Amino acid sequence: MSRILVGPFNRVEGDLEIALDMMDGRIESARVTTTLYRGFEQILVGRAPLDALVIAPRICGICSVSQSVAAAAALRALGPTPLAGNGALATNIAHGAENIADHLTHFYLFFMPDFARDEYRALPWFANIVERFKAVSGEASRYVPPARRRLLEIMGLLAGKWPHSLAFQPGGTTRALDMGERVRLLGLIAEFQAFIEQRLFGVSLDEILAIESLCELDAYEEKAGGDFAAFLRIARDLNLSELGKSSAAFLSFGAYHGAAGAHFPAGAMLEGKREPLDATQIGEDVASSWFQPTQRSPWDAGTAPDAHKLGAYSWAKAPRYRGRPMEVGAFARQAIAEHPLILDLIARDDGSSVRGRIVARLLEIALLTHALGGWARELRLKAPFCEATALPVQGRGAGLVEAARGALGHWLIVDEGKIERYQIVAPTTWNFSPRDAAGVAGPLERALVGVEVGTLGAKAAAIQHVVRSFDPCMVCTAH
Amino acid sequence: MVPPAALGMDDEFTMLWLQAGSCGGCTMSVLEQGRSGWIAELQAFGVRLLWHPSFSEESGEDALEILRRVSAGEVRLDLLCLEGSILRGPDGSGLFNRLGGSGRTMLDVATTLAARANYCVAVGSCAAFGGIPAGQPNPTDACGLQYDGAFSGGALGEDYRSGAGLPVINIAGCAPHPGWIMETLIALRMGDLGVEDLDSFGRPKFFAKSLAHHGCERNEYYEFKASAEKLSEIGCMMEHLGCKATQSVGDCNQRSWNGGGSCTHGGYPCVACTTPGFERAFNFLETQKVGGIPVNLPLDMPKAWFIALAALSKSATPSRVSQNATSDRIHRGPSRGRDAKS
Repeated sequence: MSRILVGPFNRVEGDLEIALDMMDGRIESARVTTTLYRGFEQILVGRAPLDALVIAPRICGICSVSQSVAAAAALRALGPTPLAGNGALATNIAHGAENIADHLTHFYLFFMPDFARDEYRALPWFANIVERFKAVSGEASRYVPPARRRLLEIMGLLAGKWPHSLAFQPGGTTRALDMGERVRLLGLIAEFQAFIEQRLFGVSLDEILAIESLCELDAYEEKAGGDFAAFLRIARDLNLSELGKSSAAFLSFGAYHGAAGAHFPAGAMLEGKREPLDATQIGEDVASSWFQPTQRSPWDAGTAPDAHKLGAYSWAKAPRYRGRPMEVGAFARQAIAEHPLILDLIARDDGSSVRGRIVARLLEIALLTHALGGWARELRLKAPFCEATALPVQGRGAGLVEAARGALGHWLIVDEGKIERYQIVAPTTWNFSPRDAAGVAGPLERALVGVEVGTLGAKAAAIQHVVRSFDPCMVCTAH
Repeated sequence: MVPPAALGMDDEFTMLWLQAGSCGGCTMSVLEQGRSGWIAELQAFGVRLLWHPSFSEESGEDALEILRRVSAGEVRLDLLCLEGSILRGPDGSGLFNRLGGSGRTMLDVATTLAARANYCVAVGSCAAFGGIPAGQPNPTDACGLQYDGAFSGGALGEDYRSGAGLPVINIAGCAPHPGWIMETLIALRMGDLGVEDLDSFGRPKFFAKSLAHHGCERNEYYEFKASAEKLSEIGCMMEHLGCKATQSVGDCNQRSWNGGGSCTHGGYPCVACTTPGFERAFNFLETQKVGGIPVNLPLDMPKAWFIALAALSKSATPSRVSQNATSDRIHRGPSRGRDAKS
């Protein structure tokens, strides 16, 4: 047995270090370390509750709107603040655009460049993939950022700017659109749809939306020329459905809330069985974290760093649901939403895998692009976008939402008009959780076990694929 | 794409980008740069990216080898960009922020590389001044590269000068406009930016010579002191909603953010994110007042004059302006004659 240390990890949001125990070219166990702690939960305490809308989004520059939406939801839950219907729709549009941008950036700029590594030089698809996806020099570095930039012009219309906007308030959004602006909004959505149809999918959006089984996905793979199909062919060649597998325990807090409930519902899936979300079952363990012992429930927990704690190896806490580690993200979200393709993948692959996670993300790009247009048309342009907020001076509220990378929760307690406690559990905190007091490893720690690295050791691309298949956001993880 | 030689820049200019106590938002911002994309634009200006945490292929040992070669002086470092606060805690150890796989703290890595750089740029208010992580109680002892809030010093010290003899160049903002970042980098690459082009906090004057207020579409409401009372109303946000645009530098309202936005255009107040120590404010969304008068007045305006002018302009406000100010959209457009003072 030999132990190696892998890091820094780039093309993730933030940095990461992994300690791997190897035997005969195979990973025996993994320990995942979050290397950054900034202390947001400490900085929020003692402030005016609405200051959370300035501070909390700045946890993360890539899912800033998700953090805003969680903070606004927690504040709204404090007391009787109504949410304007248009505000809910405009929030969903901006939040959806951010999630699409995240999935797109992840696929093209973070994940795919690993298939252009020299390790794959001998494979028949290598030259084509280098041309398209090689880091910095590939075609994707030319055609993706401009499309992403145009998509994010939605933020200029709805939210002033991105990242870090104050437009998302408990009562709605701060900018009412007029009829000309709705036309511009729909124009941006249509332009993005044309981009993904041409480049990402190589077929119409409707054809992607119609895929409901693995057979239909295989048929798409065979005929299409898009980048998604290119990935599926690599996934078949490298057997990525068997790589980075995680047992079937999935969690979603529900996303894109509106008058008719959440567009993607909340829930948990344990041993393949779906159940309603029971938020009282969420807790964080700090046995392996550089924090002083504290309560498990986010309503009671504190955050007191202890950089020299014996036995600890990460700045991330270890979130658990019913005491178990859970995988979150697009795959989990669509599993809970019972998307037939994802349920089919779970049945065939016995849970999630590198392939499954990427498929779910690209599927969501299609689902969300379709949804954005619908939400934009639903806006009632003569009605308000924001209701006045009158926060109680005392109370508690939880904001449970979905960021692109999965379940995001803010738990807020206010007393005498000040924030008394603010706890955040972020998506990658779930996925890249360290071990808990019982020694149970987190989802990535489990997914790495058994990965064959041969003689390449830490440099094996397989490690990169597994880690990045989760689309980690390390800056959120420990915050 | 325009080849670098066509722009008269066929020599190579190397850039290394690192993230310390960062949210990654400055990288996300600069990725919005340019119609042809940021990476293509860098290449058009002959900037060679030695390594960037979000875009480069090299990971792990390969990335550490690049940093080692730069530290050892084997590879020339023209430009070091650092994003994120430097976390000095706990107890000066820097252990709140390590570089994965290296056994080193980012405090150590950043100070080592800054000594090698011909130019050193702090991208964003965190790297410049400390930023949000330095908010009370500053749990990680966060600071900027050469400032700790408004005080010079920071991680590198007041006397630090890069190879070209410049202090750290502070692209303030949270996150900065992509143009502020890109134009600063390329101005350095072209040899255009000297110490005389920086303001007293090391911010490039080309964007710091204006106030965020300049060009604000709510200007008429400001002039008449026709104020919004709650968020989403289109009146001036200075009197009640905490807007600091008259006290904060940045050509924010002379550029378009995300194709046409800005903070005040988006319906919410300026939080002074380009100002050292902006994170130490409390009640961002409420104007601090004494005796009904805002405590913080426009940067270079005598208080007595402000009060006198405010009283005068309030008394002259057309009813169109005062009515619209507390609406979430324009209810009355301008029209001749009918629109006398309310």
